[in-house]
Amino acid sequence: MSNHLLSLLIWLPVVGAIPVLLAGTGRPGLARWISLLVAVATFAASLALIPAYDATTGTMQLNESLSWIPSLGINYSLAVDGISVALIILTTFTQILVIVGAWEVIQNKPHQYMAAMLLLEGAMIGVFCATDAMLFYVFFEAMLIPMFIIIGIWGGPRRVYATLKFFIYTFFGSIFMLVGLLYLWHKTGGSFAISDMAAVHLTLTEQSWLFFAFLLGFAIKVPMVPVHTWLPDAHVEAPTGGSVVLAAVMLKIGGYGFIRFSLPIAPDASQHYEWLIVVLSLIAVCYIGYIALVQQDMKKLVAYSSIAHMGFVTLGIFIAFILVRETNNPDAARLGMQGAMVQMISHGFISGAMFSCIGVLYDRMHTRQIKDYGGVINVMPIFAPFYVLFAMANSGLPGTSGFVGEFMVILAAFSANPWIALFAAFTLIIGAAYTLWMVKRVLWGKVTNSHVAELKDVNGREIFMLSAFAAGVLLFGIWPEPLVHLMDASVARIVEQLAITKV
Amino acid sequence: MPSINDILILLPEIYLVVAACVLLLLDAYLKPGQKGAVHWLSILVLLVGAYLVVSGQPASSVSAFGGMFIRDGVSEVLKVFSLLITAMIFVYARPYLKERAIPFGEFYTLTLFATVGIMFLVSAGSLVTVYLGLELLTLSSYALVALNRDSSLSSEAAIKYFVLGALASGMLLYGMSMVYGATHSLDLHTIHAAIVGTEWKTLLLFGLVFMITGIGFKLGAAPFHMWIPDVYQGSPTAVTVFIGSAQKLAAFGMAYRLLSTGMGDAAGGATGLAPQWQLMLAVLAVLSLAIGNLVALVQTNLKRLLAYSTISHMGYLLVGFVNGGPDGYSASMFYAVSYALTSAAAFGMIIVLSRSGFECEEIDDLKGLNQRSPWFAFLMLLVMFSLAGVPPLFGFYGKLLVLKAAVEAGMLWLALVGAVAAIIGLYYYLRVVKVMYFDAPAEGTDVRATADAPARWVLSINALALLVLGFTWSPLLAWCQKAFAG
Repeated sequence: MSNHLLSLLIWLPVVGAIPVLLAGTGRPGLARWISLLVAVATFAASLALIPAYDATTGTMQLNESLSWIPSLGINYSLAVDGISVALIILTTFTQILVIVGAWEVIQNKPHQYMAAMLLLEGAMIGVFCATDAMLFYVFFEAMLIPMFIIIGIWGGPRRVYATLKFFIYTFFGSIFMLVGLLYLWHKTGGSFAISDMAAVHLTLTEQSWLFFAFLLGFAIKVPMVPVHTWLPDAHVEAPTGGSVVLAAVMLKIGGYGFIRFSLPIAPDASQHYEWLIVVLSLIAVCYIGYIALVQQDMKKLVAYSSIAHMGFVTLGIFIAFILVRETNNPDAARLGMQGAMVQMISHGFISGAMFSCIGVLYDRMHTRQIKDYGGVINVMPIFAPFYVLFAMANSGLPGTSGFVGEFMVILAAFSANPWIALFAAFTLIIGAAYTLWMVKRVLWGKVTNSHVAELKDVNGREIFMLSAFAAGVLLFGIWPEPLVHLMDASVARIVEQLAITKV
Repeated sequence: MPSINDILILLPEIYLVVAACVLLLLDAYLKPGQKGAVHWLSILVLLVGAYLVVSGQPASSVSAFGGMFIRDGVSEVLKVFSLLITAMIFVYARPYLKERAIPFGEFYTLTLFATVGIMFLVSAGSLVTVYLGLELLTLSSYALVALNRDSSLSSEAAIKYFVLGALASGMLLYGMSMVYGATHSLDLHTIHAAIVGTEWKTLLLFGLVFMITGIGFKLGAAPFHMWIPDVYQGSPTAVTVFIGSAQKLAAFGMAYRLLSTGMGDAAGGATGLAPQWQLMLAVLAVLSLAIGNLVALVQTNLKRLLAYSTISHMGYLLVGFVNGGPDGYSASMFYAVSYALTSAAAFGMIIVLSRSGFECEEIDDLKGLNQRSPWFAFLMLLVMFSLAGVPPLFGFYGKLLVLKAAVEAGMLWLALVGAVAAIIGLYYYLRVVKVMYFDAPAEGTDVRATADAPARWVLSINALALLVLGFTWSPLLAWCQKAFAG
């Protein structure tokens, strides 16, 4: 059983989607319950990863390998390290809340919505488990199909535009990655195993081409400036659940791709172009923060803040090169990389929570414009504290998970170059500004709008959903140790590899 | 005198010719009420034919009639899939022909003869057999396109097809005559041997250019693609599906025989004219990818859209072919098989959703299909994503293999062109999905699957196979690789 734990995690939701679909339009209640059951079972199975995984070594564990296409050297090979385990649990956790969140909200073909969500979950877990580049690519692309459908059917008024943009943008990035992978396959002499690709020697020119091929694929996914423009559209038009999954998990796949592919396969090119990523990350942190400040639409505001926060992830990953190879400070590099990983998990909880909150408001008011709200705390006293908590976490308040990752990255950046740290630290001001200003305009003040006056407070289902997010945000804010411990050895291994040149 | 051995090698073809003649006679003597029997008998004939191909397959390549006819792994794969796909097409065609009162018996006999043409073409060992197979195939196809003779669109398509097809045949024949002049042989292997060290290189190159024109026409590769959109749109859909799927396998076989067997390939020391035709095919590939995809973007008619998409798919097929080695050929053949299966499902869907008096031909006709018929919308979604090459669907792996073949041949630029073309192509396939899933059904239309149960079942299996083969494509790839290994 434990030998096939990873396969179980991938295929349980995929197979579970079939009865959900069969339950059909006639029995939406049944479809909802089956999908909840599947999601909970997957979550339970993912928790079994914690005891099964030995966090002290940081190696790839729980290996499964089957020959898939022997003549091309493609294997169905799965394994996880600490980072994957953390991301898988984040995925399964978020998925339950997404299904709970959609319970009564999705009335149009709920069975198709739930089934698409489960298929998406399976593909996302597959991405985090795959150790074969082609298998990774298959999951990476397969993920797009259900998300395309989710945004397109259940999204807002401009959903078709947004979902086409989302799909084509992502496909655009990844197809060049595919050509890069084929080139690597050629160089390794017929292997798609990521470890073989990392072991093969490549000149700086080859590495640079590959680096940019991967950059295109993953930067669009993260998303980094200037290829971020699909994200605000996708977020605004997606249904709440779509936004939650997109922000909480799918964006992380970009960051995960960097540490799985770009760093080990093209370390010298990564070092060579590290300045580029650092500059783009700082632009994301500062400039996109300012853009978030002027947004009128709550979802758009959170979408832009996601881009800014993901800037910390790419910053934390790539300052490691400055620290390891130039200032020879591997401990700080480890801290920065660790911070990036914590930031990924923490942003998963916070952004998921923020989008869920906006979803709660949107379900009642059918508007996301900040100006339509005001004084919500007077009519929704239970909802308001949650909203404030998540907003505080979003602006990086100590004691919430949002603080931990950003602080670690800023500390590491300071060792690398105080100027980088200075610009990165801007986020503490801008982040607080845009989030708290939104809180002020939405929650505080007098009720001026008659629709706001009629708002009903959150029901039990919504309280459950928001409490679960809040628990995650507070737990990892006050006690990040288990999360750090889970990923520490794996991060250390990645940082060790950075020092080894491949030319 | 043909020996008994020759006859045994040709057994599947001989059997199919005899069976087609018997069916033709039978159709003439059957009462109108009993014509349905022809349908089931034809399918049976094809399935038995596929069985004969597989069961009589020799362990290694053999030839009959003094090298005129080759029976090897390549011909086996192509014949089996042509026969099976044609059988599938017969199932799709039945409700279509019945409702439109299109002559029943003629359709089956002509398609069977065309299939015999495909079988000769992919087994050809000499220029004469290539031409013979090609003419049998195309002459039957001209008649098939014109089958719905009351439709002016259908007649127009047939005339266009005939005139351009005859021109292409002429070009091919002219090229063949030059090759014959330079090498004094019609036998492809002899030509191959004669090319090395010949002093008639210029004449051979001219011959090659004309032959590639003929191949390009048959494949529908740009710039020889002009006939494709009109013929696809104008033909009865039951015929379009045959031209758009099984015939692509024939075109691949013809290109392989003429170029690799005949004009020399890149594998081994003696390269023959491989560098020359590789370059020409690379140009055709790039043009097809660009023209097919760009023009498809603006189509509103589904059949026309699929026609332009065919052109771009033939571009991919050629990308694999350019490699010029066993890996490249097997990638191309895999691509041809995957495309034939996918395209059969795409046109099959049009048939299943159409009914008498309503052709489900416009993209807008599919509006809101997910509301009316979620199952068929889902199947069409699979077909579209397979055509677009999105994993985990079958179509992706064909693209993967041809791009890999290009990278291996050191043509990274060609792989990048293929990648960019895939992005452009994605848009129009997504548009079809968008119409089915995101749009509300149009007022006053009622698009449902009205075809008879066998057609619906076979279509479901056909489309689901694209998903299943996306996970289990290893045996098929191994089969294709084995065909070129010897």
